[in-house]
Amino acid sequence: MTMLSRLLVGTAALLLLSLFLLPLWQVRLVAPQYPEGLGMHIHINTVVGATETDLDNINNLNHYIGMQRIEANAIPELAVMPWIVAVLVATGVAVAAVGRRKAFFAWLGAFTLLGVAGLADFWRWEYDYGHRLDLEHAIIKIPGMSYQPPLIGSRQLLNFTATSWPDTGGIAAGLAFALALAALVLILRAPRSGANPARRADAAPPGVIPHAASHRG
Amino acid sequence: MMTKNSIRKLLLGGAACLAAIPLFYACATSKRADLSTGDAASKVYVAPGSYDTYYAFLSGGYNGQIGVYGLPSGRLLKFVSVFSQNPETGWGYTEESKPMLQTTYGSIPWDDTHHPELSQTDGVPDGRWLFINGNNTPRVARVDLTTFETTEILQIPNSAGGHASPFTTPNTRYIVSATRFSVPVPNTDVPINSYKKNFKGTLSFITADQPGKMDIAFQILLPGFNYDLGHAGKGPSDGWFFFTSYNSEQANEKLELNASQNDKDFIAAVNYHAAEQCLAQGKARTVPAEYLHNVMDEKSHQARSERKSSVQMLDPTSCPGLVYYMPTPKSPHGVDIDPSGEYIVAGGKLATVIPVHSFSRMQKAIADKQFDGTVDGITVLKYSATIAGEVQKPGLGPLHTEFDGKGNAYTSMFISSEIVKWKLGTWEVLDRMPVFYSVGHLMIPGGDSKKPWGQYALSLNKITKDRFLPTGPELAQSAQLIDISGDKMKMLLDFPTIGEPHYAQALPADLIRSRQVKYYKLAENTNAGVVKAESEGGITRSGRRVDIKMAAIRSHFAPDNLEGVQVGDTVYFHVTNIEQDWDIVHGFAVLGAENSELIMAPGATRTLKWMPKTPGVYPFYCTDFCSALHQEMQGYVRVSPAGSKVPLMANISPKAKAQIARLRDGRLEQRPPARQGMSGMPRMTGLTRGER
Repeated sequence: MTMLSRLLVGTAALLLLSLFLLPLWQVRLVAPQYPEGLGMHIHINTVVGATETDLDNINNLNHYIGMQRIEANAIPELAVMPWIVAVLVATGVAVAAVGRRKAFFAWLGAFTLLGVAGLADFWRWEYDYGHRLDLEHAIIKIPGMSYQPPLIGSRQLLNFTATSWPDTGGIAAGLAFALALAALVLILRAPRSGANPARRADAAPPGVIPHAASHRG
Repeated sequence: MMTKNSIRKLLLGGAACLAAIPLFYACATSKRADLSTGDAASKVYVAPGSYDTYYAFLSGGYNGQIGVYGLPSGRLLKFVSVFSQNPETGWGYTEESKPMLQTTYGSIPWDDTHHPELSQTDGVPDGRWLFINGNNTPRVARVDLTTFETTEILQIPNSAGGHASPFTTPNTRYIVSATRFSVPVPNTDVPINSYKKNFKGTLSFITADQPGKMDIAFQILLPGFNYDLGHAGKGPSDGWFFFTSYNSEQANEKLELNASQNDKDFIAAVNYHAAEQCLAQGKARTVPAEYLHNVMDEKSHQARSERKSSVQMLDPTSCPGLVYYMPTPKSPHGVDIDPSGEYIVAGGKLATVIPVHSFSRMQKAIADKQFDGTVDGITVLKYSATIAGEVQKPGLGPLHTEFDGKGNAYTSMFISSEIVKWKLGTWEVLDRMPVFYSVGHLMIPGGDSKKPWGQYALSLNKITKDRFLPTGPELAQSAQLIDISGDKMKMLLDFPTIGEPHYAQALPADLIRSRQVKYYKLAENTNAGVVKAESEGGITRSGRRVDIKMAAIRSHFAPDNLEGVQVGDTVYFHVTNIEQDWDIVHGFAVLGAENSELIMAPGATRTLKWMPKTPGVYPFYCTDFCSALHQEMQGYVRVSPAGSKVPLMANISPKAKAQIARLRDGRLEQRPPARQGMSGMPRMTGLTRGER
C-alpha cells in the first residue's frame, strides 16, 4: 500500500468516528398541519427527535394508525452498532498502520458488508414499523395502507410526506467509504504500473522492505 | 492533492445535499402559505365608512359567546354574551341578567357554544333570531337580532353534551338538541360499565317560533349512542330531521379507539310529523324532568327563571315510522342536506369517501322494506338502498358540507386540511383549496339553507400555528375567506377569531341592518329600579338592604354623593342611562365591587350588587368614555360602621333640583326640607323612603 492509500484508509477509519457524534440518517415528516415538519435523527446508538419534542409528537401521532412507539431502547441494533463502528474504526486504523493489502481488502469487505447490512436492516426496521401495525388498537384503519417511510426519498403517508435522507453522520460514513474506495483504486492500479511494492518486497532480500519500512512511523 | 480535492468535492456535495432539504421544505411551505390571487385585497377591502355586505355569526366555542364579524373584511363587530358571564358588559353579573344563567345545577357562569343557527322562513334565513347551543350543560339560547342581546335560554333535561343543536326546521317551528353523551335517563347513580343497559340518548324538539316561549315539545328516547350533529330536511324532505350518531359500539371508555371499531354507524332519520301524530294520539309518556326556562323581559330588561317539571317522551317502539337508522361509514360527524332537500351528505371522520344518501331512495327503501335488521327496535335501512353515491378520494377526514346553490358542495377535510368542491349528482371532485390548518366547519352564507348566497366560503380552522404574529402558547383561531363565485376557489383573506368558533352562520347585512334598535325607549322601561329623570334618583333602606337609584347622563350621575350605607349592608345600585341618543353608553364601576362593572345602553337600567366590608368612602365612576367631561363623571358612597347614626343621604344636582321644582304633583312638598351636604351642595333626603 502506498503512503497515500494508507492515509486514505486511516482518514476513512477516523471519519467513522464522527458517527459517535453525528446522526446517521434522518426522517422528515411534513403535513398540512406541520409545515415546519417533524424530524427524527437516527444515530448509531439512539433515535432522537429533531427538536426535544418531535419524537414524542411523532409517536403520539402514530398511535392513530397503530404504529409501535419508536423508542431507542427497544431497538437492539442500537446497542450493537457502536461496537461494530468501533471495531471498523480500530481495524481501519490498524490496516493503515500495517499497510497490508490483504488486511485492507478484508477491512473494505467488512465495511461494505456492514454498510449494506446496515441499510438493509434499516429498511427492514422501516418495513416493520410501517407494516406491523396494531390494528386492534388502530383508530384509522385503511385497508391495504401501510406506513413505511422510504430509505431515501419521499413518500406520502396519509397527510404526511415522509422524506428520508442520510444525515451528517451518514454523509461522513459515505465519505469514508468513498475514501476507502479511492484507496482501493490506488492499490489496484499500482500492480498494473509494474511498481507493485509487495512483489518488489518479495524479490528483495529478507528484512528489507524499503517502501513499507521507509514509511512506517 | 487528489484526496483533499475529493474530500472537498464530497463535502461540498454533502453540503449541497443538506442544503437541498431545507430548500425543499421552504419551497413547499411558501407555495402553501400564499394562495391568494392578485386582486384578493380589493375583494375584501371595505373602505372607511363603508359597510360589509354580510353579517357573520361565529360561535365563540369555549368562550361561551357569539362573535359577530363583517364579511368580506373579517372585521370583528361585537361579542354577544350568551352563556358566559362577561364582566365587560356585566352579563351574568347584573341582577337583571343573573337569572339567564340559572340552571337546575345552579348558576352556571360558562358554557361551550358550538352552532349558531339563524331562524328561517321557508327554509331561508330571515334575520329574526339567532339560536345557539350550550354544549356542556345542555341549553339553547335565542339572540334577538334587532338588539344583538340574548333574550331566552332553555335548559335541556335528560341530556348531556347538547352538541347536535340548535338546528332549525325550515320555518323555525322547532330547533333541536340531541345528546352527544348518552346518560341514564333519568340520570341516576349506576355503574359506568352498565352503559349498554342503562344509558340512553335523547333527541329534543324545541318549539322556537314564539319569542319568550321556547319549550320542549317532545323528546325521543334512543339507544345510547353519541348523537353528533343534525339538520332538518327541506323541500321534499321537509318534516324529517337527520342526526348523525357515532359510538354505535356503545363503548363507555377509550372512545377514541373503542368507538371507531364499527365500519358503519348511523344517521337517525326522524319523521317529526309522525312524532306530532303520536303525541296527539297520547303515545308519549309524561316523564318527570327538572329544567329551567329563562326569559329576558323586553321592557324591564329583567330576566326571570321558570322551573319546569316534565317532558313528553316518545319511544320509537311505540310510535311506528318515527325513526329509521341509515348505516353510514366511520363515525359520521356532519350531516348536511343540500338545498333541494334530496341529498343527505355525511362526513365520516375516518371514512375514505363522502357518502351521500338520497331522500327519495330512503323513502323507497322504507316502502319496499329494504331493511337490514333492527337496533333496539329501530329499523335499520340497507346502506345500498339509501345511498345515492360516494365521492371518491375526496381527501382525508371529511367533516362538514355546505352548498353554493349552484349544484356544488364544499366539504371540509380536517386531516388533509383542505376544502374540497364537488358536484352533486356526479360526485366528482372539482377543486381543492388548502386551508391553514385543519378546518372544522366551513360556512357559506345560507349554505345550509334552501337558498345559499354562494359568494364566499369561510373556513373555520382548528389549528392556527404560524398564520399570525405569535402570541405565546395560546393563539387566536384562524378563519379564512374563500371566493367561491367562480369555477375555482380563490383564497382571499386570513383573519383571527376569538374563542374557538365551531360553526357559523351568515346572511346579507340588509336583512338585519335596517331593523337595528339604536336605543331603548326610556318611556317603555319598566325596570323596578328605573329612574326616568335625575330627580327620581335616591337612596332607600329596607333592613340590611339598601337600594340606590341613579341616573347616568353626560357627564354625571344623579345622585353622585351617597351616605348612610353601613358595613353589613347589601347595596344595589340601579343605574339608568337616561340618554336617548345612539351610542351614548355609560358605565358604572365602584371600588371594591366583587363582581363586575355595569354597562348601560341608552334607556337601559342595570343593577349591581355591592357588599362593602370596611368603613370608608368609595368612589364610583363612569367606565365608558362618554363625553368630553367623562373623567368628571364620578361620585362617592360613604360607608359607615354597622349601627352608625349617619342618616341616609343622596345629594342632588342643580339640574335635578330644577326638575323637582317643576314638579306639579306635590311630591316635593311631602319630603323633608333639603339640608346642606358635606360638600356644600344642596342635598335631598326627601328622596329617601327607608329607615335609619
